[in-house]
Amino acid sequence: MSPLLEMRGITKRFPGVTALDGVDFELERGEVHVILGENGAGKSTLIKMLSGAYQPDEGEILFEGEPVRIHSAAVAQGLVISTIYQEFNLVPQLTVAENVFLGRQPRRLGIVDRRRMREQARRLLERIRVRVDPDAPVSALGVAQRQMVEIAKALSLEARVLIMDEPTASLSGQEVQRLFEIVRGLKQEEVGVIFISHHLEEVTEIGDRVTVLRDGRLVGQVPATTDHSELVRMMVGRSIEDQFPRRRPEIGDVLLKVRDLSREGVLEELSLRVRAGEVVGIAGIVGAGRTELARAIFGVDPVDSGEVWVEGRRMERFDPREAKHRGIGFATEDRQGQGIVPPLSVAENLALASLERYTRAGLLNRREERSQAEKMIEDLNIRTPGPDQEVRYLSGGNQQKVVIGKWLLADSRVLIMDEPTRGIDVGAKVEIYELMNELTEQGAGILMISSDLPEVLGMSDRILVMAGGRITGELSGEEATQERVMTLATQGSETAVG
Amino acid sequence: MASLAERVKPREFLSRSGPLWGLVILCVVMTILSPYFLTFNNLFNVGTQIAVIAILALGQTFVIVSGGIDLSVGSVLGLAGIVFGWATAVANLPLPLALALGVGAGASAGLINGLLITLGNLPPFIATLAMLSAARGLALVISGGVPLNPIPGPILSLGSGDLLGFVPLPVILMLVMWAITVGILRSTYAGRAMYAIGGNEEASRLSGINVSRQKLLIYTLSGLFAGIAGILLTARLASAQPQAGFTFELDAIAAVVIGGASLSGGVGSASGTLIGALILGVLRNGLNLLNVSAFWQQVVIGAVIALAVMTDTLRRRKK
Repeated sequence: MSPLLEMRGITKRFPGVTALDGVDFELERGEVHVILGENGAGKSTLIKMLSGAYQPDEGEILFEGEPVRIHSAAVAQGLVISTIYQEFNLVPQLTVAENVFLGRQPRRLGIVDRRRMREQARRLLERIRVRVDPDAPVSALGVAQRQMVEIAKALSLEARVLIMDEPTASLSGQEVQRLFEIVRGLKQEEVGVIFISHHLEEVTEIGDRVTVLRDGRLVGQVPATTDHSELVRMMVGRSIEDQFPRRRPEIGDVLLKVRDLSREGVLEELSLRVRAGEVVGIAGIVGAGRTELARAIFGVDPVDSGEVWVEGRRMERFDPREAKHRGIGFATEDRQGQGIVPPLSVAENLALASLERYTRAGLLNRREERSQAEKMIEDLNIRTPGPDQEVRYLSGGNQQKVVIGKWLLADSRVLIMDEPTRGIDVGAKVEIYELMNELTEQGAGILMISSDLPEVLGMSDRILVMAGGRITGELSGEEATQERVMTLATQGSETAVG
Repeated sequence: MASLAERVKPREFLSRSGPLWGLVILCVVMTILSPYFLTFNNLFNVGTQIAVIAILALGQTFVIVSGGIDLSVGSVLGLAGIVFGWATAVANLPLPLALALGVGAGASAGLINGLLITLGNLPPFIATLAMLSAARGLALVISGGVPLNPIPGPILSLGSGDLLGFVPLPVILMLVMWAITVGILRSTYAGRAMYAIGGNEEASRLSGINVSRQKLLIYTLSGLFAGIAGILLTARLASAQPQAGFTFELDAIAAVVIGGASLSGGVGSASGTLIGALILGVLRNGLNLLNVSAFWQQVVIGAVIALAVMTDTLRRRKK
């Protein structure tokens, strides 16, 4: 018998990036097949081919041996392939039952048969042993319960393929166990489950087979019993040294000093120092308060108490303008939403934080602005057809260079980089790291927030680990290992915010 | 060294060339249909007719480029005209002072819009909708609902006079305002901030641009332009009328949008807006020459607005 689902030689290109390159994947009935990979490895792109969000540029998809073209969500639904995304697709204002049957409510003479709908929803929820009132509005439910409603919805569709994208990210230990029971029940019913997770323990516990992706390529397919260090090696690939070409320059004076920064429920008496020539990494799990720390230092969000000192002078106000004038730059994690101005040109984006420099009596010296921009494009090797190209057409890596260049033109000596290489090609990543090397060699200090553990370990001279809005430990570059960082990051995580 | 494609800014090129071609085609069609269309007399006539709308639209361009909207410009125009009329006809103040009061009333109304948006946290649509009502009401209160007369001679000649015997002064004033708008948008800090805020407000704030202060300036400029338009309309009508400029905000917004600006912000230009106003003017003029009824004219103009923005969107999507 042919497998339930088969993907052969799937290739998908986006402008500037090959997201998937000839990937094969198969799923048997009653199997839990885990897809493992780092951020940007192509996991999401692969499953979006199955939900109808993307179509492959090359390759074919077979469902029970028959070639299919999944060009819309409706086709996916016809094949009874259901996806549960990290961000839910529920309508908060509607009830549980209404959400489960959204768009296909049981009807009688064209009128929704509410009693039948409620009854069917109740039975579905019972089947997965979830105690949720079908009449409760979804907005009243917690995250875990919403997840269960999503599963009930998938079951109501008689899903034969269920795709779960990091379903355990926001669940507690107990809830994870409940979820796994449900998944085991689905296996008995011959449903094929595609499971995406970062947690290797979960992979072993629930998975049957594991497919590992890296940089859009298939690395291999192994049994879920494969030991963890081998799985990590497959995910990361190269040895960490080649990937992170950190050179350690001379360490100079303290550039940035943060003292007892607090904000109720978010940050708790945080103190840190960044010296000239140093890359200080901040590690931690999502919700540890890392981005909040960066935003507080840069004056984006208000703080309750604490001080920020730059080059020996205390910042008088918490305000991005003040932070900028003191020499802090902030490359945010959300490049599209907070970093670049998409309809403006590369040159205009580069000048955005240093406009005052080109302004006399309100008038812009556009020639000066342009020549500075051209110099920066050359210095940072920003690949663009010209300074007048709209920045939105550049690749992620080059957009990131524009953001960094913007702060260099503003004479920033302390750069806060939040997830500096998220969503960036491997090649461009190394260029960003090289740039960090050069900047620190020229005497800048960098505070780098990253969820990419190998990146934190590879690029940081010192690592601060955060959990629950506090710094739970500091490790030097030499003594830091993934295990030690993770131990500190999960410390007291019960009290973590968010 | 730089090739043409490199020298012409893509943004300006995009937002200018499309509407310009539309205007050219429209003029060609009108020339074929009516022998009278392509005469100096008629063309200056069009220019005089659109001057008020064009000045309003130029002020509106600052707002739309920055991602906002100003619904109050028509009413603010009316208020500025009445304040000027009251100052000169009722209070008998000297002309320069009366002019300053009129234009100042417009700018103040704009400043209040800006304060409502920045300090009051109101969406621009709501803040300026409130001002649309309030400014019109104030104009009626001040005037007692009747036209104010007489208007001093120098102002009357602004409405009906000409330069060198053939260029109407309203056209001159419109071109001056256009040149000022070009200068502000292209060559000032404030102009760049408008594009940046419209293109991505959060990124602008995080780059150290004082967004609130810039917004105050933007809405004040829009009010100031409306004030100048109010003086011009008073001059053309030879009296200050409380209902002057009623629904003009719609024509002004239409001109900006036809001119290639995007209501989501970050895109637009002074020349585009001027061309947008010209398209509206030529269309009205041509339809009059062709004896199309005023009722049908409205239908055609509605269709042109939809068509202009649709082609613009299609062209952008193709990229």
